[in-house]
Amino acid sequence: MRTDRELPGTGRTPPQAAKSKHSGHLTRRSLLASAALLIMTSGVSARAVTKVLPWQPNDAYPVPPVIPGGYLFFTPAEAATVDAIVDRLIPTDDLGPGARDAGVTTFIDRQLTGPYGGHDWLYMQGPFSSTPLPTQGLQSPLVPRQQYRLGLAALESYCKANFGGKSFVQLSGDEKDKLLGGMEKGDVKFDNFSSRMLFNAVYANTMEGFFADPIYGGNRDMAGWKLIGFPGARYDFRDVMAKPNQAYMLPPVGLQGRPAWGEN
Amino acid sequence: MARRLPRKDVVVVGLGWTGSILALELASSGLDVVAIERGPWRDTASDFNIGTAPDELRYAVRHDVFLRPKQETLTMRNNPSQAALPIRKWGSFLPGNGVGGAGVHWNGQTWRFLPDDFRIRTHMIERYGEGIMPEGNHIQDWPVSYEDLEPYYDRFEYVAGISGKAGNIKGSKQPGGNPFEGARERDYPTPPMTQGYAQTLFTKAAGDLGLHPFPRPSANISVAYTNPYGCSMAPCTYCGFCERFGCSNYSKASPQTCVLPALIREPSFEARTDSEVTKVNLAKDGKTATGVTYVDLNGEEWEQPADLVLVCAYSLFNVRLLLLSGIGKPYDPATGEGVVGRNYAYQTGSGSTAFFEDAKFNPFAAAGSLGVALDDYNSDNFDHGPHGFVGGASITSAYTNGRPIQYHPVPRGTPTWGSQWKKAVKETYQRVTNVGAQGSVMSYRNNYLDLDPTYKDPLGRPLMRMTFDYQDNEKKMANWMADRCDEIAKAMGAKTTQVNRLNVPWNVVPYQTTHNTGGAIMGSDPKTSVLNRYLQSWDVSNVFVMGASAFPQNAGYNPTGTVGALTYWSLDAIKKYLKSPGPLVQT
Repeated sequence: MRTDRELPGTGRTPPQAAKSKHSGHLTRRSLLASAALLIMTSGVSARAVTKVLPWQPNDAYPVPPVIPGGYLFFTPAEAATVDAIVDRLIPTDDLGPGARDAGVTTFIDRQLTGPYGGHDWLYMQGPFSSTPLPTQGLQSPLVPRQQYRLGLAALESYCKANFGGKSFVQLSGDEKDKLLGGMEKGDVKFDNFSSRMLFNAVYANTMEGFFADPIYGGNRDMAGWKLIGFPGARYDFRDVMAKPNQAYMLPPVGLQGRPAWGEN
Repeated sequence: MARRLPRKDVVVVGLGWTGSILALELASSGLDVVAIERGPWRDTASDFNIGTAPDELRYAVRHDVFLRPKQETLTMRNNPSQAALPIRKWGSFLPGNGVGGAGVHWNGQTWRFLPDDFRIRTHMIERYGEGIMPEGNHIQDWPVSYEDLEPYYDRFEYVAGISGKAGNIKGSKQPGGNPFEGARERDYPTPPMTQGYAQTLFTKAAGDLGLHPFPRPSANISVAYTNPYGCSMAPCTYCGFCERFGCSNYSKASPQTCVLPALIREPSFEARTDSEVTKVNLAKDGKTATGVTYVDLNGEEWEQPADLVLVCAYSLFNVRLLLLSGIGKPYDPATGEGVVGRNYAYQTGSGSTAFFEDAKFNPFAAAGSLGVALDDYNSDNFDHGPHGFVGGASITSAYTNGRPIQYHPVPRGTPTWGSQWKKAVKETYQRVTNVGAQGSVMSYRNNYLDLDPTYKDPLGRPLMRMTFDYQDNEKKMANWMADRCDEIAKAMGAKTTQVNRLNVPWNVVPYQTTHNTGGAIMGSDPKTSVLNRYLQSWDVSNVFVMGASAFPQNAGYNPTGTVGALTYWSLDAIKKYLKSPGPLVQT
């Protein structure tokens, strides 16, 4: 029997409760998943499973919802720059909110504080080759947190040097677009940092943040989903299969339900 | 120093499809079976819970249920002249981890290979002459025929509840099924899935072109079903969260859905999770395995003695375990000698993207194996003479998902960002569909697996090195298939189409397919295979190795159906072995 208060209509616990439950579980799960901890854990060993299933009712593993407000990784200046970049990548226009207005900067900030930000799950042992082939994919020792910190600083220096002392956020829309286009192609040379690496990181995270479940802080008000007509986490489309080539009429839902459910 | 545990009759390495099936069958016959799995326990109720499962970022993008490269990865290069580097982040393929293995996150496309696929070398040379065989190829006949495997395909399909429509029952062609398939004893256990609008267009267009479309066999089942193990499955809801996800509905066949509920009740079965088998131990004679050594989460080493060792990890990791254990001679491309790591193969993908003036394809209403396919261009179902390549592809119209982080297509030439991009994303999502060709990959002298000289895993053991590229034969085949897909796409009424050709060299970044085959292949000759026709090691007779690592080359289909069939085929042989231990094939 659960004693913690559930969010109405979601069957989920409030963020704080979810968080506390999760933080305990996160430790346990990431221990289970990380061989690097083979050497440092104690009291956890292999799990022997026989004759009974090793789980409890209601023992699911939700993600802790992002609570918007403030930044955990970005400095205010970095956040302003990221806001300005993502606003050019997916602008707010007559088709609806863009990445900035959909909370993508908050999404990226929170992702950078988690395992993604440190490439915690990836193979990061050296040696790192200075001449990888294009077919060999990610070969940089820099993790996303470093890519953003160093990349945004390099971008800022570049702008100051090439735009009469201005910051990126002070450039005109056209100037920003031209610069981002140059970074995308790798034509723009920053001091000691690959402009393309920064572009690729922000671009990938922008697409993630704009289209991921709102529980992660982006896709606010399901702007990304509404743009294309993706119904989200409904998990049952037998009605759609029964009516081919017809528009789907229900509004999207996320892992936390819908914003409208919390407003009266 | 490893501490020795009490002996078991059978130790199973890895608790995915093959491990769970063998464990259940052997434990229920009264043997003491322990399965050792390096990843966590996973079950539907807590791990693929409906309140958490439909989360594209967590599962599809951040790879929550996959093996973490930090724990183990491979190094890769395209040919032996290059320096291999680690696959630091999965891209081209996504190995599984934990209980259920890749059976948790698969799409559920469940095929039988065609009769010709099993004797491809003999067949192609008989029909076209030696000249058709590609340069440097290692193409081999399988040591089993379709007829040998038919009853075992049947068993796997009935355990998994596969939804489909037979095209050939005991030699009699069935309307609406695949006329090219090998004869089956009976129809699929459950009827085909409901198809969507794109599949309706594809079916009509293909039929008008004189082709033979049929509903793709699917492990996302259409109706409620209870399998021979007493495990119950529920109908698929077309949620669009199959591949890369566990299924909350008990609709996608998986070890969790179809095997583990029965297995866990067997009193003589035990699973040990979070435990990585590091080695199969050999007796002094090198011809008998004494059990395995594994490491638990504390870094403690344990020795698990057993009379029978069943290697049931993912295909790639089966090969690595054999290399690290010294079972079978490692393959050396310089001399062409040795067998372990030989004949690594993969899969081609090509096709045509079709943009429509006006349509509501609703791509989000989808399932991993929803789709209509045709086999007119697969295996040797068409005349290869004019084309000069070996192999073929199954061609499919399908939606596995419409998940927007990874699926928001725009026409070529659209800006990659900005308001024009945004407009194109909005306009295209509902009006684009794809006709895809999933093709075979032959085996070659220079496509192989061995141990990397530089990079190590966290336990200090060498990573496996993958040397692979698509050869001219595959390129030719896949690009010819892309044109066939384009003909169908145009006939479907597309306003514009874009042909997707096979690009070389093979690149590890974009996802292609998790159909990694070969490296521990079955064969008739110990000089060119690791396993005999029963999946028993030629060198160590109490070691059997399951999985797609046994394929001599890959066919134009997903491997799991054949992996399942081989498992049941081998199980019958294992039962014979247990009565009278020793090599089942004399050399």
